[in-house]
Amino acid sequence: MKERKVKNVFMDGAISSQFIGESIAKHQSKTTIGAHNIFLGQVRADEVDGKQISAIDYTAHQEMANAKFFEIRETTFEKFNLTCMHIYHSLGEVKTGEICLFVFVSSPRRKEVFKALEYIVEEIKAKVPIFGKELFEDESHQWKVNS
Amino acid sequence: MNLKIKYFGVLAEITNCSEETIAYTKGSVSDVLMLLFEKYPTLKETDFQVAQDLEIVSKDTLLLESEIALLPPFSGG
Repeated sequence: MKERKVKNVFMDGAISSQFIGESIAKHQSKTTIGAHNIFLGQVRADEVDGKQISAIDYTAHQEMANAKFFEIRETTFEKFNLTCMHIYHSLGEVKTGEICLFVFVSSPRRKEVFKALEYIVEEIKAKVPIFGKELFEDESHQWKVNS
Repeated sequence: MNLKIKYFGVLAEITNCSEETIAYTKGSVSDVLMLLFEKYPTLKETDFQVAQDLEIVSKDTLLLESEIALLPPFSGG
């Protein structure tokens, strides 16, 4: 049975490699799975007018965002033959080089996970009300725009 | 009637608050925006969408709920 409840996708701060590793390990008992695919969004140290970004502070319309994540999840299960899907996004400050988005899909076969993962990430960028404040080393900031 | 308005991202900076309640008479989203543009002129030049009941709505949508959210461009991931 697929889960039909709206879940909280948000985590405080960066998503640790330990958390990601444990998520992978938890799937060892699901032996119908033959392929996993993982997307990790990492905070980039962009340079703007000679200043470097040191972190992104994420905020969101959390209730709407979780509802949108749920919709994306449901649509993805309808479109692709997936065994399971996990999405986590950071809230609050995430430093450059740290992970802010973790999407993990699993299927019996590889082709489905390649297509599904790209679909999910693009949907998140377009439809989920999350806002990134890019913080510079000198404590000034600008608002992130997705390209 | 009272309407709660939530502001996110750069919009919360412009209005200097994350939410406020305003008195309004029944109308559409654009009626409320007219009031807000008077109060916060910078808002007029800022790109944003309006959500009611957790869905993006157009400017001529009638206000049915007692709460709306003003959302700047999304930048998750």
